[in-house]
Amino acid sequence: MTTFLPSPWRADFPAIAELQRQGQTYLDSAATAQKPQALIDALTRYYVNGAANVHRAQHMPGLQATQAFEDSRSHVAQWLNAGEPGQIIFTHGATSAFNLLAYGLEHEFEAGDEIVVSALEHHANLLPWQQLAQRRSLKLVVLPLDANGLIDLAAASQLIGAKTRLLAVSQLSNVLGTWQPLPALLKLAQAHNALTVVDGAQGVVHGRHDVQALGCDFYVFSSHKLYGPDGVGVLYGRHDALARLRHWQFGGEMVLTTSFHQAAFRPAPLGFEAGTPPIAGVIGLGATLDYLDGLDQDAVFEHEAALHQLLRDGLRQREGVRLLGSPQLALASFVVDGIHHADLAHLLTEQGIAVRAGHHCAMPLLQSLDLPGALRISLGLYNDSEDIQHFFNGLDQALELLR
Amino acid sequence: MNLPVQAQEALDSFGQPQGWEQRARLLMQWGERLPPLADGEKIETNQVHGCESKVWLLGDVVEGHWRFRAASDARLIRGLVALLLARVNGLSADQLQHVDLPEWFNQLGLSRQLSPSRSNGLNAVLQRMRDLALSQA
Repeated sequence: MTTFLPSPWRADFPAIAELQRQGQTYLDSAATAQKPQALIDALTRYYVNGAANVHRAQHMPGLQATQAFEDSRSHVAQWLNAGEPGQIIFTHGATSAFNLLAYGLEHEFEAGDEIVVSALEHHANLLPWQQLAQRRSLKLVVLPLDANGLIDLAAASQLIGAKTRLLAVSQLSNVLGTWQPLPALLKLAQAHNALTVVDGAQGVVHGRHDVQALGCDFYVFSSHKLYGPDGVGVLYGRHDALARLRHWQFGGEMVLTTSFHQAAFRPAPLGFEAGTPPIAGVIGLGATLDYLDGLDQDAVFEHEAALHQLLRDGLRQREGVRLLGSPQLALASFVVDGIHHADLAHLLTEQGIAVRAGHHCAMPLLQSLDLPGALRISLGLYNDSEDIQHFFNGLDQALELLR
Repeated sequence: MNLPVQAQEALDSFGQPQGWEQRARLLMQWGERLPPLADGEKIETNQVHGCESKVWLLGDVVEGHWRFRAASDARLIRGLVALLLARVNGLSADQLQHVDLPEWFNQLGLSRQLSPSRSNGLNAVLQRMRDLALSQA
């Protein structure tokens, strides 16, 4: 028996106790995370104290909402060490942010140009580029992985070249749980003056990142995986890179002046936030970051690392279990020889173990591993060693039934 | 409406209150009873899309009665499909139109398998069965 590893932050997330009462062990935080009380309070406060639209009204509720909304923008900028808050655009999710980029940058490409992604990309950082490539007759180049689940740098140095106009890669794989060698990859792209896009959807949850030090042109993440509300995405763009974006979605507040037949548009960020933004969500994200700022980050990462170690060790000890790649943190995906992942998923669900089964929105990656699907356990800062133990008890029972 | 013999049998065994393990064992036993499909029948056109596992479903009308056959590479969905076939095989086209299949799984204590978020594919199988029934109507 291992020693109990409690999470000091578990009680800050009321849903965890509620799920426990329902007999559920939540191990699917890479899909979406549970929310801290601080966020729930902020949403309630906003709606109870008076909702108002932002950047429009001169009245007091409007001023207050706008102030809170812009405070969140500043907070996100600080969180990423982005510098000037005007480099933060709020979207309706990470997927919207990638689509904004793929449409907003379309004019930068000519037939025959190349867009480079990696073999581990989530659909959100693959399909917008794939479709852009089809619209503009571009070549989509896919960087292969090595046996550990890292983008193969030797291959990348061959594949990223003079025709590369844009590189879009994940920071942390949502299937393999591996930090990708971003500095080296970005350097390869920058040597050819290619634009660089980093998918930080998983990475932002499990590390503090400095986008200026990273040196990417764009960095994308979604609020809901970072313990914030859903319906909000963040697109950081370096000032010069933002200036290359053409306006994409059109509507209220992104416009400077318009007649019936002509219009002029605002620059970033407001020029890319057409219509009423997810105001409560953005304010909620700010409150979530406030909460996270108050935690001892090192303690959080140590706790997650200790749980991950337990998870890896337990999986490795079990006969027939095959890990996908060599996960370093946050999550582990696996299959069991001779057992269909759908059967395992069914029996884990029966036992109240909430894990993800399937292709994890990364179909081409699983195809390349020759797997129809896999199971994924993913951790949040509220998980404790008992959660892991529940999972292993459930897994053992399921395997006993299926073997 | 009188239940087909196999359906009554399913109801008798699943209708009892039972733990998840017993239910899973029963499902797998029902799955084992499905007659295998020939390899030539496990083809793209017979495959039901929208399932986490591979499921194939074929159906034809023999002397006025539906005869469905199915297979899957996962064992629990195979059991669920077997329970479905137990309910519908032998029905006339008209009877098939009127049978309440979600209610059938509800009676078996398996209604959760039909919730919209379930990716096991039972919903997709039901849809495919409706399509097959309409195409022969």
